[in-house]
Amino acid sequence: MKIEEIRDLLNASLLTGQELLDREVFSACASDLMSDILSYVKNQTVLLTGLTNAHVIKMAEILEVTAIVFVGGRRPADEVVDMARKMGIAVLTTEYTMYEACGRLYSAGLPGCTRES
Amino acid sequence: MAGGYYSIEQVFHIKAGDFASAGEASSQIKKTLKQLGIDSTLVRRVTIAAYEAEMNLIIHSIGGELKLKVTPQSIIVTAEDKGPGIPDIDLAMQEGYSTAPEIARELGFGAGMGLPNIKRNADRLNIQSKVGEGTLLEIYFDIKAR
Repeated sequence: MKIEEIRDLLNASLLTGQELLDREVFSACASDLMSDILSYVKNQTVLLTGLTNAHVIKMAEILEVTAIVFVGGRRPADEVVDMARKMGIAVLTTEYTMYEACGRLYSAGLPGCTRES
Repeated sequence: MAGGYYSIEQVFHIKAGDFASAGEASSQIKKTLKQLGIDSTLVRRVTIAAYEAEMNLIIHSIGGELKLKVTPQSIIVTAEDKGPGIPDIDLAMQEGYSTAPEIARELGFGAGMGLPNIKRNADRLNIQSKVGEGTLLEIYFDIKAR
């Protein structure tokens, strides 16, 4: 699923990553716990989270996450968005809650991440 | 990766409670491994384990060192601190068990998955700890001939 489709399905605003809109992701992971994200996320993944601190971006860089969607209308601080821009990670924000956002992507055919064995 | 004899060592000093610099050592480790041409799946496993170990030093220890050693056969990440030590290692290895303070949890850390995540990503793990003396964590990864 392309980032562009995710943006449309979630009625989301793109905060950075215009050039990444046609990038494809093959799975999604949703959590507010850093360690969950670290144990589930794979390459070419979109991360859905309610955490908006800078650590999320640093972790996304380590994991090479393609895009982050902040749910529940959360907007990270400008410097957090800037960090993501420098790292080449797309950042979106949606008014949908975590449950709703996940449900929309899942019904559209985007599977969840499974734990790496 | 290509053969050849080399051994690289990098040492990072990690300060207790230094959330602002969190992840910098692991980022550097990732960079180094990529420059060495290590397979990307392995780089990912090492970086995730290093990141968890780095966060553990920041959250739980009174400060310590994170070390990277790369030889043609293996990658070893070591986390060593001077305390406070882990009273019950089996309990600490349990998924979901956490003693992280509120300040860490507010940031999304302290899910009680750190050590289990390290173990899952490693080929071998050695952990030694003594209350009042400190903890030594040695995380081993094999570089398989491709």
